[in-house]
Amino acid sequence: MLKINNLQASIEEKEILKGINLDIKPGEIHAIMGPNGSGKSTLASVLAGRADYEVTGGTVEFMGKDLLELSPEDRAKEGLFLAFQYPVEIPGVSTTNFIKSAVNEKRKYLGLEPLDAAQFLRNMKEKMKLVEIDQSLLSRSLNEGFSGGEKKRNEIFQMAMLEPKLAILDETDSGLDIDALRIVANGVNQLRTKDNAFLVVTHYQRLLDYIVPDFVHVLYKGRIVRSGTKELAKELEVKGYDFIKAEVDQELA
Amino acid sequence: MHEENDDILEQITSSEYKYGFVTDIEADEAPKGLSEDTVRFISAKKNEPAWMLDYRLKAYRHWLTMEEPKWPNVEYPPINYQDIIYYSAPKQKIAPDSLDDIDPELRKTFEKLGISLNEQKRLTGVAVDAVIDSVSVATTFKEELSKVGVIFCSMSEAIQEHPDLIKKYLGSVVPATDNYFTALNSAVFSDGSFCFIPKGVRCPMELSTYFRINAANTGQFERTLIVAEDEAYVSYLEGCTAPMRDENQLHAAVVEIVAMEKAEVKYSTVQNWYPGDKEGKGGIYNFVTKRGICAGAHAKISWTQVETGSSITWKYPSVILKGDYSIGEFYSVAVTNNFQQADTGTKMVHLGKNTKSRIVSKGISAGKSQNSYRGLVSVAKNAGNARNFSQCDSLLLGDKCGAHTFPYIEVKNNTAVVEHEATTSKIGEDQIFYCNQRGIDTETAVALIVNGFAKEVMNQLPMEFAVEAQKLLAISLEGSVG
Ligand SMILES: Nc1ncnc2c1ncn2[C@@H]1O[C@H](COP(=O)(O)OP(=O)(O)O)[C@@H](O)[C@H]1O
Ligand SMILES: [Mg+2]
Repeated sequence: MLKINNLQASIEEKEILKGINLDIKPGEIHAIMGPNGSGKSTLASVLAGRADYEVTGGTVEFMGKDLLELSPEDRAKEGLFLAFQYPVEIPGVSTTNFIKSAVNEKRKYLGLEPLDAAQFLRNMKEKMKLVEIDQSLLSRSLNEGFSGGEKKRNEIFQMAMLEPKLAILDETDSGLDIDALRIVANGVNQLRTKDNAFLVVTHYQRLLDYIVPDFVHVLYKGRIVRSGTKELAKELEVKGYDFIKAEVDQELA
Repeated sequence: MHEENDDILEQITSSEYKYGFVTDIEADEAPKGLSEDTVRFISAKKNEPAWMLDYRLKAYRHWLTMEEPKWPNVEYPPINYQDIIYYSAPKQKIAPDSLDDIDPELRKTFEKLGISLNEQKRLTGVAVDAVIDSVSVATTFKEELSKVGVIFCSMSEAIQEHPDLIKKYLGSVVPATDNYFTALNSAVFSDGSFCFIPKGVRCPMELSTYFRINAANTGQFERTLIVAEDEAYVSYLEGCTAPMRDENQLHAAVVEIVAMEKAEVKYSTVQNWYPGDKEGKGGIYNFVTKRGICAGAHAKISWTQVETGSSITWKYPSVILKGDYSIGEFYSVAVTNNFQQADTGTKMVHLGKNTKSRIVSKGISAGKSQNSYRGLVSVAKNAGNARNFSQCDSLLLGDKCGAHTFPYIEVKNNTAVVEHEATTSKIGEDQIFYCNQRGIDTETAVALIVNGFAKEVMNQLPMEFAVEAQKLLAISLEGSVG
């Protein structure tokens, strides 16, 4: 589904991603872990097509297409979703209205008729239950004045509405209390099918107790330095990142 | 990558003005230039009574003693008032006896603008007075309205048919001497709309006037007068467009509203005059004076405006709150793009006790445009317990445009509560990217964000026009973040 080959990217002349390789197949959940500043959000942003980042090398194939050739909106409509680490606020635009535009843009791209109001509403109700989000929240301006937890749940709600093939969750767990964490994880688990995949970016092992990954990768200094199963995450939990840092820095030296 | 984004925005903000066509129709015109003879010419064309000519001549003589205001935050080369044609009427039997007699070319023109002069095709329940250049060419639903006592007709007709009402109210809210452009308008105005809602009547449909400038080198000077007697209600809408021309054209209108005890007048404007091209060439100078008076207790006047057109806009729809417990409202969205300049706002003059006013101004600037809010809230000595709330928000698209706020507050009674809030924000790349990531392209994202920003004002528009106005906002902004 997603094949990243030797991906390099920089921002403001500074090289951040130094050759990423990653292969994600339908039905899989991959976790990316790593210390702050290692390039996790950069990877997510580059995949989503943020213009600030310059891709300096490598290839990315998504559903058989050259992802890097597509505009950010076409990537989204092809089925790539990013749950933002810091969701933005859009005053005066309700989440309901926003997600309706998004859903219908995608349908248009796929050659489908826009959803009628009743269908859309039914769909929304169902997905609201999934992430235990309230109608009143969705009627308010998008993310404006939302608590940290509400913003993250709203991201997962949007994901549920858009039914992406590949969802990248960028530290969706950070800043969540245990209840919110369970709701988010529960949402992801229910949305999981054999045809879609998740790339879960997290700083902590905690989330992986709820969303069990098939593979865990450690990103450090712009490279994937270790890959393994969920046991790797457990090891990191015990030993911290320092032991990997030490090992890798020694290898690089 | 930044540049790419700019390009997209560039494209979005540079879509073409849709109403720039010219109707090829013979016109009956006054010779270029302004003199007492011009004033007499216009008055004679309209077969006006002596008192009207007298009113015009007085205004003209006063105008000669005045100077063009220089305080607005706008710049333009001096206007040559001798280079303007002050009267231009399409050659047809003016004020045709029946709507069927309207020149088909004119009918087509209005149809192209989305205005139906056909009463059978009543889609929205709106009565229309259609004004092209200097004259009204048709007014629909006159008969139906007259059944409930509502007078809705062109100003020319009102001067002939309802002289007592015109004598009583014309210039009663905006005197000819008020300012340079009102003096000019009072001297040379050639048409406009008159509506009169008698005591206790709720006007059964929306009334609207559609202004179209067609002829080259002409100025449009229209005059609108709305009188709502005790406990009357009317919602009125004004729309305007003009062809694309390289020369600037002057539009200097005067609108007066009188609301008596417990009367309510809601006046909405969707102003889409030709804004000039991307280089700032051409466009309408929109120098307009609009004022209403809440003459009786519990009267309410509400101005809502969506200003997207004109190369220069200079207008301050105002309310004089004379009646106790009267209410004045001003809701405004002003969009400027490319080289447009807008200096707009309101005056709320609290004279009566327990009067309230509310100002919501949303300025959106893009391109190299300048957008200023200028507002005055004044509370007179005897206006006990006056309340005002003002909210002035500016949204910038790109970094070559400007937003300015000039709020003036004059309070002479210490029981007044006057609140003013102002914010300035930019459409962020973060917001656009967020929308992009959800599959919403940049053009649609800008429209979404701008409409969100302007929502509080757009919500005030009559339903029939809100959707059109939303689209207009998006179109006027095509091309502007970075
Ligand atoms: N806009 C930016 N300008 C300059 N440097 C940036 C920018 N964004 C991120 N970086 C740098 O890129 C590196 C990786 O950041 P990021 O991808 O956010 O890491 P992570 O998500 O793993 O914490 C950091 O050194 C950070 O300082
Ligand atoms: Mg991060």
